[in-house]
Amino acid sequence: MEHHLILRVVTKILVGPILLYALYVQFHGDFGPGGGFQAGVIFAVAFILYGLVFSLRQLRELVPDRIVHQLVAIGLLLYAGTGIVTLFLGGNFLDYNVLSDVGYKGQHWGIITIELGVGITVFAVMLSIYYAFAGRPPQLDDKDW
Amino acid sequence: MLSFVSAHSPLLAIVIPLISAPLCMLFGNRTVAFTISTLAVAASFALSIYLLWWVKDGTVLSYHIGGWAPPLGIEYRVDTANAFVLLIVSAMGLLTLPYARTSITDEIDENHHTLFYACYMLCFTGLMGVTITGDAFNVFVFLEISSLSTYVLVALGAKKDKRALSAAYDYLVLGTIGATFFVIGLGFIYMATGTLNMVDLSQRLPAISDSRTVRAGFALIVIGMGLKVAVYPLHRWLPGAYTYSPSAVSVFLASTATKVALYVIIRFMFSVYSARFGFEAVTFQYVILPLALVAMFGASFVAVYQINLKRMLAYSSVSQIGYMLLGLSLLNVEGVSGAFVHMFNHAMTKGALFMAVGAIVFRTGSAMLPNMAGLGKQMPWTSAAIVIGGLSLIGVPSSAGFVSKWVLMSAAFERDWWLIAFLIVGSSLIAVVYVWRVIEVLYLQQPNKDVVVKEAPLSLLVPTWILIITTLWFGLHADFAIGFATTAAENLIQGGFGGKEVIILGVESR
Repeated sequence: MEHHLILRVVTKILVGPILLYALYVQFHGDFGPGGGFQAGVIFAVAFILYGLVFSLRQLRELVPDRIVHQLVAIGLLLYAGTGIVTLFLGGNFLDYNVLSDVGYKGQHWGIITIELGVGITVFAVMLSIYYAFAGRPPQLDDKDW
Repeated sequence: MLSFVSAHSPLLAIVIPLISAPLCMLFGNRTVAFTISTLAVAASFALSIYLLWWVKDGTVLSYHIGGWAPPLGIEYRVDTANAFVLLIVSAMGLLTLPYARTSITDEIDENHHTLFYACYMLCFTGLMGVTITGDAFNVFVFLEISSLSTYVLVALGAKKDKRALSAAYDYLVLGTIGATFFVIGLGFIYMATGTLNMVDLSQRLPAISDSRTVRAGFALIVIGMGLKVAVYPLHRWLPGAYTYSPSAVSVFLASTATKVALYVIIRFMFSVYSARFGFEAVTFQYVILPLALVAMFGASFVAVYQINLKRMLAYSSVSQIGYMLLGLSLLNVEGVSGAFVHMFNHAMTKGALFMAVGAIVFRTGSAMLPNMAGLGKQMPWTSAAIVIGGLSLIGVPSSAGFVSKWVLMSAAFERDWWLIAFLIVGSSLIAVVYVWRVIEVLYLQQPNKDVVVKEAPLSLLVPTWILIITTLWFGLHADFAIGFATTAAENLIQGGFGGKEVIILGVESR
C-alpha cells in the first residue's frame, strides 16, 4: 500500500472521527439508538481500516494479540462483575437499583457499566476475528494463481 | 454468609462457572486455569446437590434476575426435574476436569490449554443455564453459549486428526439449524401469547392450543431440539463430533449435551405445552415413538459394524437416546421417570466408557479396534472398566443400565404395550453383540508382541473407576435416581408447572 497516498491520507483523517463516533454510540446508547454492541463494532472498524491500509503487522504492533485476548475477558468480567457487585450491595444479580441511593441513578450507572463491558468484548472479538483471518499464512502465492 | 449463598444459590450455580471462563483466559497459565475451573465446577456441583436436596419433595425455587418479577423479568426456576439434570451435568463436569488435565496434554497444543479450559467452562455454564432457566428465550441464549463453545471444543481435536474440523463444521451447521428452528418456534408462540416466561406460557397456551401458529411453534421447537438431541434421522452430526473431538470433550458431550437438550424437549412438551392430550400426544405416539424404535435398532445395528471404538460408542449413544424418547412417548409417570433414570444412568455409563477409550487412545494413540488386540493384559484396569461399562450398556442386572431398562419395561407393561417391552429387550441383545466384539478384541485376541503398552496413568483411571463404581452402586441402590425421577415425572405428567409451593429466593422484587 506504499504507493496509495490518497488511501493512506484519507485513512489517517477518518480513524479519529470513527473512534469518536463509536464513543458517542457507546455512551449515548441509553438515551437513543446504539449501545455496547454497535459501539464495539464501530470502534473495531477504525482499527481494521488501519490494518487494511497500513498492514496487519503494524496493527499487531499497536494492539498485540495478547492484549486483544485479555480485553475479551475483561469486558465479560466487567459485565458479570457488575452483577456480583449488586449481589454484595444487597440486591439480586444485576439489580442496578442498589448501585445508588436513588433508584433510577443506579439503573443509569448499571446500564453504562455493562454496556461498556459489552463494547470492550465486542471490540476485542471483532479484532481477534480479523487477526485470525488476515493472519493466516497464504496457501497460494499471488503469482501462483 | 451461608444465608447469602442460600438466597442466591440458583444464580451462583451459573455465575461462578461463567466468571471462571474469562478468568482462565486472563491468567493465561494452564495450572491456574485448571485450578480456577475445577474450583468453579466444584462450587457449582455443591450448589446443585444443595438445590436438589431442597426441591426433592416437590418444592419449587424461583430467583428473579435483576429484581424484575416474572413474567417480565428473567426467572431461574428450580424444580425436581431440572435440579436432577443440574446434578448430572455438574457431576460429570467435575469428574471430566481432572481427566481432561492429563488427556489433553498430547491432544491439544500446549498454548491452547487455557483456551480449552475457558471454552469448557463456557460450555458447562451454557448447559447449566439451559437447565435452570425458566424463561424460554433465555434457554436459547444459554443454548448458543454452550453450542458455540462445543464447536470450538470439537475442533480442538484437529491436532490429532484433521477430520475433527469437518466434524465440527457439520455440527456447527446442523446445530445452528436446530437453534434457528427452536428460536423461530419461540417466535411463533411469542406471537400467539405475548410472553416468554415458561410458567406464563403454560397458563396461556391451553386456551389457544388449536391455533395453527401454536402448533407450528411446537413442531419447530421439537424438530430444532431434536437436532440437538440427535433424534434418529437428525443424528448425522453426532458420530463425527464424538469420534474426532479430544477424549475429554467426548466424555463431557456424550454424558451431558444431549441429555440437556432432551430435558428442554421434556420441559416444552410436558410443562409448557401439556402433552397429555390432543396434538402433542399424537405427535408422541405416531412420530416420536416410531423414531425412537428405529433409533434403538438402526443405530445399534450400525454400531455393530464400526471399527472405531469411539464411533461405535457414538452410535450406541444414538440408540440409547431412543430409549429415553421411548420412555417419554409412553406418556405415563413410569415412562417419563424411566427417561430421567436412563438419562442419569446413561450419563455415567457412557461417560465411563468414553473415559476408558480415551485412556487407550492416550497410551496407543488410536481408537481403532484392530489396534487394541490383547490390550486386556497390558491395560487390565482400563479394559475391565470397558467390560463393566459395556455390561451396564447392555443392561445386565446389578448395573445401572438394568435399572433404567427395567423401569422402561414396566412402563410399557403398564400401558399393555407388550410388543414395546419385547423390543426393549430385543435391542439390548444387539448391544450384547457390539459390546462382545470389544471384549473379544481386548481379551481373546493375541497382543502385538512388538508393542509394549503401559497401563493408563492414575489421573485417567481414577475418574473412570469413580464412574464405574457409581454405575454399580446405583445399579444396586436404585431408589436414589428413581425417587427423584418419579417426583419429577409426576409433576411433569400433570402438565404446567405444578409442585408443592414456590419459594422466591433472593431479595424481594419490585
